[in-house]
Amino acid sequence: MKDKFNQQNYDQTVKEYQPKPNVLWNCIKAFIVGGSICLLGQFLTEFYMNVLDMTESQAANPTITTLIFLSALLTGIGVYDRIGQFAGAGSAVPITGFANSITSAALEHKSEGLVLGVATNLFKLAGSVIVFGVVSAYVVGLIRYTIQSFL
Amino acid sequence: MDFVWAFVVGGGICVIGQVLLDVFRLTPAHVMSSFVVAGAILDGFNIYDKLIDFAGAGATVPITSFGHSLLHGAMEQAQENGILGIAMGIFHLTSVGISSAILFGFLVAVFFKPKG
Repeated sequence: MKDKFNQQNYDQTVKEYQPKPNVLWNCIKAFIVGGSICLLGQFLTEFYMNVLDMTESQAANPTITTLIFLSALLTGIGVYDRIGQFAGAGSAVPITGFANSITSAALEHKSEGLVLGVATNLFKLAGSVIVFGVVSAYVVGLIRYTIQSFL
Repeated sequence: MDFVWAFVVGGGICVIGQVLLDVFRLTPAHVMSSFVVAGAILDGFNIYDKLIDFAGAGATVPITSFGHSLLHGAMEQAQENGILGIAMGIFHLTSVGISSAILFGFLVAVFFKPKG
């Protein structure tokens, strides 16, 4: 008993008590929901290309705006979190998951007021995405720029 | 055919995320951050643009495209303004996503009551 719970084999001990996720079924759910969100994105892109006469890269902007709007709205009425429980990464990985993390963090802290609650906590979860994105893009950009200038 | 590939590629990227969650036991925040970094690195080798040509929204909707757009905007400005352009252009293409997420997130938080 004593050496089962010491610090060195804590990781081993705790593993026995963690629930075993059904990886295959979770992956199927993530595939279907994630794929459907991207399919909706493709429909929106084709819609904007045909109706507003845009190129494919121009149509990406209104597509992303529409998806973010839908995701924020669904988070507000409490539907997106239910989708999230079902789909796991299928609803977290698309851009809608980014909007969901911003909206839910803001909603959660609403009771603390608009400035200290909503506005301060808006990027509580999404901040890590922006920080790591900017740092990695900056580093990769500097490397690419240096290589290009020498060639 | 565009629709099929958007579904398959977008779904496939989410499956990679689900495996990271279940098998490697990362938190969703770790998965999203890793995906953004992966998108920036893939764009550094010009791979991500090929994926977008192939899969359309299947590649632009997942969060990996955020990293790709950050680097893409930075490199566009770097062509015109030299090394300072990297800092000028980094939010050039992603500003649509960030600003609309801030706006709609704020408005929803103001007008809706938290559930649960």
